[in-house]
Amino acid sequence: MTELPVPALSLVALIGISGSGKSTFAGRHFAPSQVLSSDGFRAMVADDENDQSASAAAFDALHYVAGKRLAGGRLTVVDATNVQDHARTNLVALARAHDVLPVAIVLDLPEDEAWARTQRRPDRTFDRPVLARQSRDLRRTLKKLSREGFRTVHVLRGHEEIEAATIRLQPLYNDRRELAGPFDVIGDVHGCRSELEALLTRLGWELSRDDAGRPVNAAHPDGRTAVFVGDLVDRGPDSPGVLRLVMGMVRAGTALCVSGNHEAKLLRKLRGKQVTVSHGLAESLAQLEGEDDAFVADASAFMYGLVSHYILDSGRLAVAHAGIKEEYQGRASGRVRAFCLYGDTTGETDEYGLPVRYPWADDYRGSATVVYGHTPTVEPQWVNNTICVDTGCVFGGELTALRYPERTLVSVPAEREHYAPVRPLAPVAVRERPGDLLDVADVLPGSGRRQLETPYGRIPIEAPQAAAALEVLGRFAVDPRWLIYLPPTMAPAPTAKADGYLEHPREALEGYRAAGVTRLICEEKHMGSRALVLVCRDEAAAERRFGVRGGEAGAIYTRTGRPFFSPAVTADLLARVRAAVSTADLWAALETDWLLLDAEILPWSAKAGELIRGQYATVGAAAGAALPATLAVLDAALARGLDVKELRDRTQTRAENAALFTAAYRRYVRPTADVTIAPFAVLAAEGANLAGKDNGWHLAMADRLVAADGALFTPTARVHVDLDDPASVAAAESWWCDLTAAGGEGMVVKPADGLLRTARGSLVHPGLKCRGREYLRIIYGPDYTAPETLTGLRGRNLGRKRNLALREHALGLGALDRFAAGEPLWRVHELVFGVLALESEPVDPRL
Amino acid sequence: MVTIGTTHRPATDLGYLLVKHPERVHEFELPTGRAVVCFPEADEARCTAALVLEVDPSGRRDTPDGFTLGRFVNDRPYAASSLLSAALNKAFRTAMGGRSKDRPELAATAIPLDVHLPVLRCRGGADLAHRLFAPLGYEVDATAIALDAEHPDWGDSPYVDLRLSGTLRLADALHHLYVLLPVLDDAKHYWVSTDEVDKLVRAGEGWLAAHPERELIVHRYLAHRRTLSEPALERLAEQDDRVVDDSVDGVAPEDTDEDAPALAVVRREAVLRVLRAAGAQRVLDLGCGPGALLADLMADRRFTEIVGVDIAPRALAVAARRLRLDRPGAIAERDRQRVQLLQSALTYRDARLAGYDAAVLMEVIEHVDEARLPALVRSVFGAARPGTVVVTTPNAEYNANYAGLAAGTMRHADHRFEWTRAEFEGWAAGVAAEHGYTVAIEGVGVADPDRGAPTQLAVFTVAGGTDD
Repeated sequence: MTELPVPALSLVALIGISGSGKSTFAGRHFAPSQVLSSDGFRAMVADDENDQSASAAAFDALHYVAGKRLAGGRLTVVDATNVQDHARTNLVALARAHDVLPVAIVLDLPEDEAWARTQRRPDRTFDRPVLARQSRDLRRTLKKLSREGFRTVHVLRGHEEIEAATIRLQPLYNDRRELAGPFDVIGDVHGCRSELEALLTRLGWELSRDDAGRPVNAAHPDGRTAVFVGDLVDRGPDSPGVLRLVMGMVRAGTALCVSGNHEAKLLRKLRGKQVTVSHGLAESLAQLEGEDDAFVADASAFMYGLVSHYILDSGRLAVAHAGIKEEYQGRASGRVRAFCLYGDTTGETDEYGLPVRYPWADDYRGSATVVYGHTPTVEPQWVNNTICVDTGCVFGGELTALRYPERTLVSVPAEREHYAPVRPLAPVAVRERPGDLLDVADVLPGSGRRQLETPYGRIPIEAPQAAAALEVLGRFAVDPRWLIYLPPTMAPAPTAKADGYLEHPREALEGYRAAGVTRLICEEKHMGSRALVLVCRDEAAAERRFGVRGGEAGAIYTRTGRPFFSPAVTADLLARVRAAVSTADLWAALETDWLLLDAEILPWSAKAGELIRGQYATVGAAAGAALPATLAVLDAALARGLDVKELRDRTQTRAENAALFTAAYRRYVRPTADVTIAPFAVLAAEGANLAGKDNGWHLAMADRLVAADGALFTPTARVHVDLDDPASVAAAESWWCDLTAAGGEGMVVKPADGLLRTARGSLVHPGLKCRGREYLRIIYGPDYTAPETLTGLRGRNLGRKRNLALREHALGLGALDRFAAGEPLWRVHELVFGVLALESEPVDPRL
Repeated sequence: MVTIGTTHRPATDLGYLLVKHPERVHEFELPTGRAVVCFPEADEARCTAALVLEVDPSGRRDTPDGFTLGRFVNDRPYAASSLLSAALNKAFRTAMGGRSKDRPELAATAIPLDVHLPVLRCRGGADLAHRLFAPLGYEVDATAIALDAEHPDWGDSPYVDLRLSGTLRLADALHHLYVLLPVLDDAKHYWVSTDEVDKLVRAGEGWLAAHPERELIVHRYLAHRRTLSEPALERLAEQDDRVVDDSVDGVAPEDTDEDAPALAVVRREAVLRVLRAAGAQRVLDLGCGPGALLADLMADRRFTEIVGVDIAPRALAVAARRLRLDRPGAIAERDRQRVQLLQSALTYRDARLAGYDAAVLMEVIEHVDEARLPALVRSVFGAARPGTVVVTTPNAEYNANYAGLAAGTMRHADHRFEWTRAEFEGWAAGVAAEHGYTVAIEGVGVADPDRGAPTQLAVFTVAGGTDD
């Protein structure tokens, strides 16, 4: 029995003349979905698997499907004769385009046997000369398969061999996803053996030494694995010493190592190839002079065996010397190796003559964390879930390790500058934080819809909604780095049954019982404008956490992401908020140097002045002038005995309603110099999504701010309700009646315990609003209280609004989770963008 | 409500002319509600007919604007507008036709008439009411109505209390109201039928052609049929308690200058000249708006690939119409294949925009918050990286030359900044240095000796050419 090794991710070309048993072979060794047969595709495009005139179209479709499979990282087998050069050339090109290995398996059955089989099949109508030609082509093919680019070639001669063969799928060398760590990923060592010893020691490793006292191995008591990002050698004082230690660790299984460009070049030199001795290669060569031949041979073999990158921890971690983009992870090809070793060079050189590197990490959107080295930086920075841990030890910087999964950095300083850098070490962040440039592909669905994954459910976003959100965010929003959250819309309580009311506390409170929530809190609903207040303690916090350098250390934005105020007013308010947070000692209480407040900014006229004047006051003015004039005319007509009594009385009522309408909006107008903030939640602080905490906690935080600066912060009145205690329900009802009678907008009923899920696991509404009877006049129109109108309105459908509120809530919470976890900006932004996109859905705006 | 009265004797003949008995109440069903005609006074000396409109409070279900708050809370139940115009047409159709079975001579005779509209939506204020009605032979008394008596600082509402008096044929007066109420209202009205032009021609017969404000009347009467409403966007503005700005094409003061050819035209010519000089064939128009430059680019076949990019889907829809891309077969297939329109946001990187010969940012950067400009620069100069980038923007120094522009204000409501020449040069030099371009700056339009040209134009050329 012959066992044929085949890389687990490859494009397998079966090669053989008609009747050689390719389909049988494929069916025996591969899953049906892995096999793409030319016969099958001919049938698919032309209803006849023998229709040779359909071959071009069939192969076109076959290659297309093969490409999709390979892009998805799936083994693909092409069942076609493949005896002609162009057929194989196409397959090799396809494999290369997807950076997978092309494999050839040749079934070399004697032509006579194949002809005998063909004649037994009535649907095969071709003549013997066709088979003879295929046979001749196959003979020629056999000689040149590896030259054509096939990295693995298996030739099975005759029926017996073909029958006896089995396939063994081999994982790629770079595929070590079974290793879960924990890992210490160590940056470019460049011969700094002493610093490496110091770093390993600091990380808790125990070194073992040979008789000469040289470190030859290391182990970690917690079973950690070291991963070296390459460039062990060159420039520094003891490249052989570094190699000796790392080789020992790798062989002992306590370390992994990928190849750096310096290993590749040293190896070429050691193998006698012509290379320019520069960039510290001379030092390595000189140091190796002092080693015996056996060590040099050993080191050569070690370096030869280094792979370009590793995929670890179930695919969650990728390590490569110069980084690796998502499409190359777990792939094998010349260009993958080149990228891993040298990075994505633009072909240009900078003022120091060094290659300009394309900032591939800016574009990185992969889910695997990528740790790499190659480009010395002063301070490692996370860019889109990638991090470069080369801190230029050999140039007098530091030697750095990233602990994974802890994601903490551990460094030791260089003992001295071992090698003068061509270009001075400088912080990478002289420009804006590179990962912060968002891509339209992060937010726009290519076509159809985009699915957003959150721990609270999968939320689809439709293209037209995304288009509207892009326009609003692109034209009007604050810097997206501040925009880590947008609030969900809030659903109203179930429609009231009480006479004369559309919304009433009874239904609002009972609305939660169905979800199994009985401990509630009723919060005064301030009639202002929703705002998010993001405040940093200082500019350093703004730069560290948000990557915003200079400018304001925070932002105040509306529910659609617009700046709430002019820059000057924003600066003034933020300064006062900052001072109050300090006075209230919330920085320490929350162990943070920034926080995000959910608030209402009062008065309504501060933001909505134009709307009040343009929409509400105009209606009031028109009604206030028109209805009395009409009434006068009708009174005159009535006096003449005309039957207009009903119309006259109706008009009278409408005039009264219009006056109530004007009174309703006037309550929310006051001079905008008296702006106050009514906070009701602390949504987030360093490392934490706090949105789900119980609402008593949120209000307690708000109260501390009010206590700190009562002129800036407005308190939120509240009552606690236990649904099982009728007295507390009655108290809440009368509280609401008093509140709204005094001109209040109403209240929001929230679960006392904060973020809750139903028994089925879906989110419970974070709040339901219950608005006052007079307030609703400006929403539903002056005359909405007319009995027949109210009856019609009672049929309002709340389902869409409630569903929308929960979808937006899921996205908002997801965005805060991602931000707390330190995920890249684009990951946070796609969910925030989603909230705004959903907001543009057509839902009755009066709800 | 509108009242129409006369002092013709016997005044009660008004009932014959209107075909409405003064001693009865006449009711009409309308698509938008109900109307009642009654006579608050009717005697020998004086007779007045009142048309009272009651708009259905529930709003119409078949309006295309979807769910926006303005649909539910608006002035239509109160103010005279296009709805009243439609009601007049329905209630007094015979009188409008100049026919009267009982008083045919009187219908053809000018009689003293007075018209009262207690609340008329009047965009343009009392002055416009004068300009529209006085040439038709009315005494016009238009009084502005305060927006809110408790807030005198808010000024006047968009409404006037309008009284007209004059000696006219009743049919003519009705025609005047029928046409001019919607013109004064000038609000979006969503239920315009397709034969509006015919209606206008019929109703305007005998007076519109000679009216000094003819163009304004025709433009406003028909204008809103062209309005493209973008419901999704309106909803988002509303979420933010904002009034929707739906201007695709704000008219800048520079384009109302009557002495010179419109600056917009001169500017486009300058941009085209730069593109031709650079030998650009594949061109991006970033922030193309309604597509004026795209049309110029289409007209020159040396531009083989033209991509119009805008953040507003509405603007792209207008551009598609202007380029006649919205109708199959309207332009040659090979021209259609030269152009495509994309929605994108310039503060986001967009891989679709990479690798073009040239990009135009014509009057675009000033619509981006200054704090967000670095992101635009990175996505255009860093990521898309065209060989040539043409940027135009207003020269703030020149603004003093616009009489209609108050000092310290900008040329367009959406401009986030307008730069002096020194500011623009400083920005351009920084961008060029950071991204490896060279830059040359020139003025566009007739220059003021001290303040420079109205528009500044920068040409960025990638250093070392595009060798990839």
